[in-house]
Amino acid sequence: MSEVRYTDQHEWIRLDGDEATVGITKYAAESLGDVVFVEVPASGKALTAGGEAAVVESVKAASDIYAPVSGTVSAGNGALEKEPSKVNDDPEGEGWFFKLTGVNKDEFGKLMDAAAYAKFVESL
Amino acid sequence: MNAATDTLLRTPLYALHLELGGKMVPFAGYEMPVQYPAGILKEHLHTRAQAGLFDVSHMGQGFLSGDGNALERVTPADVAGLKPGMQRYGLLLTPDGTIRDDFMFSRLAGEDDLYLVVNAGTKEGDFAYINETLKGTAQVTPRFDRALLALQGPAAEAVLARHAPGVAALTFMQVIRTTVAGAPAIVSRTGYTGEDGYEISIEGADAEKVARALLGEAEVLPIGLGARDSLRLEAGLCLYGHDIDDSINPAEAGLLWSIGKRRKEARDFPDGERIMAGGFAKKLVGILPEGRAPAREGAEIADKSGRVIGKVTSGGFGPSLNAPLAMGYVETAFAAPGTPLDLMVRGKPLPAAVAPMPFVPHKYRRSKI
Repeated sequence: MSEVRYTDQHEWIRLDGDEATVGITKYAAESLGDVVFVEVPASGKALTAGGEAAVVESVKAASDIYAPVSGTVSAGNGALEKEPSKVNDDPEGEGWFFKLTGVNKDEFGKLMDAAAYAKFVESL
Repeated sequence: MNAATDTLLRTPLYALHLELGGKMVPFAGYEMPVQYPAGILKEHLHTRAQAGLFDVSHMGQGFLSGDGNALERVTPADVAGLKPGMQRYGLLLTPDGTIRDDFMFSRLAGEDDLYLVVNAGTKEGDFAYINETLKGTAQVTPRFDRALLALQGPAAEAVLARHAPGVAALTFMQVIRTTVAGAPAIVSRTGYTGEDGYEISIEGADAEKVARALLGEAEVLPIGLGARDSLRLEAGLCLYGHDIDDSINPAEAGLLWSIGKRRKEARDFPDGERIMAGGFAKKLVGILPEGRAPAREGAEIADKSGRVIGKVTSGGFGPSLNAPLAMGYVETAFAAPGTPLDLMVRGKPLPAAVAPMPFVPHKYRRSKI
């Protein structure tokens, strides 16, 4: 049973058991435009909620990707380094950035659910 | 910048940009499309493959009447030697010999006035400065109400020739009065992308009719300011306010080619002796980062020992180059192509090397004589 939550920085995080997958939302990918470079964190790196976790650059600008929750990186999506356009093509699927273990579940519970995020995006 | 008011101006094509799905952003006091639904990457590649239409009506157009050659008092370009039917690139210098703006000037066949196009963000100040300096000799009449379109790319000639008589025969930097889609126009074979193409000056009231006629051709897509920037950067063309400004002189910017031979010999322009003597501490160079990460404007440039030797003035990703690229000033000792450098990106050194410009070859339609 997996559950997806969202941040006001337009990241999504999907929790499957003990592992979480993080990426940027379709809204974020569309705002950024064509992604040309992605830097993902190395496995084993400890992240704190709200801290810098990855970098995404579009033809327009560079943006930081923040850790939605605290945890330890278990994998970075190395495929994005060769094919950064996956972030635009499938932001909430193949375009994932990194996976986390040891996720802080309290922090996860405080993030927006799909309905709240949709409302948030509408308000922008 | 037109900073006196926070009301943004609109070009005559504003409604068309919205209709085409343009994403509007503030630029030099105007609301301009940064991109259309195709996106910057596709717009860039389409311009190099076929043809792109740009609205550059925010640029400052005007006509200089009186003794046009008096313009040589504010530019080191050869104005007197410009033949009828030709356009030329020039620098507008401050009294100290630094770059106040860069601009295009044309001598239309059979006309006394020179036709000028200056940058959007500097147009008010430029024309006021020219009028003040040339008072009693020559005067610019601004025509900020006119529209300016650029049609750029390998299909530009075929497309424009369907709507405008006489344009196929033009070569690079030639300019004529003709009609485009029935509207009276000044058409020059120039541009800011490195591709063959044209700039089309028309009355504001005719802009939408002309734009729709060109966009109706299968080869043409509308192109926003985002791709305009990546195209000009690949072509190694300076952007005023970024790569050149009033702290930089023509020698540092590598723009001595824009100074006429007669002017170089006479050195009869602000700070001419010193500019022609050379020996400046810094120089504008092209830079290719290794790997895929772009370095943006403002990134520090360091030598291999970590000492800061300059700063990136334009940087990003080149869709045709399929790689990151940059321009910046470095200490002159580091200006030779191939010189290894580091660009400081997010606190880390990104290996790079000085590279010759343009990054992507120019495809201008040069005259064969």
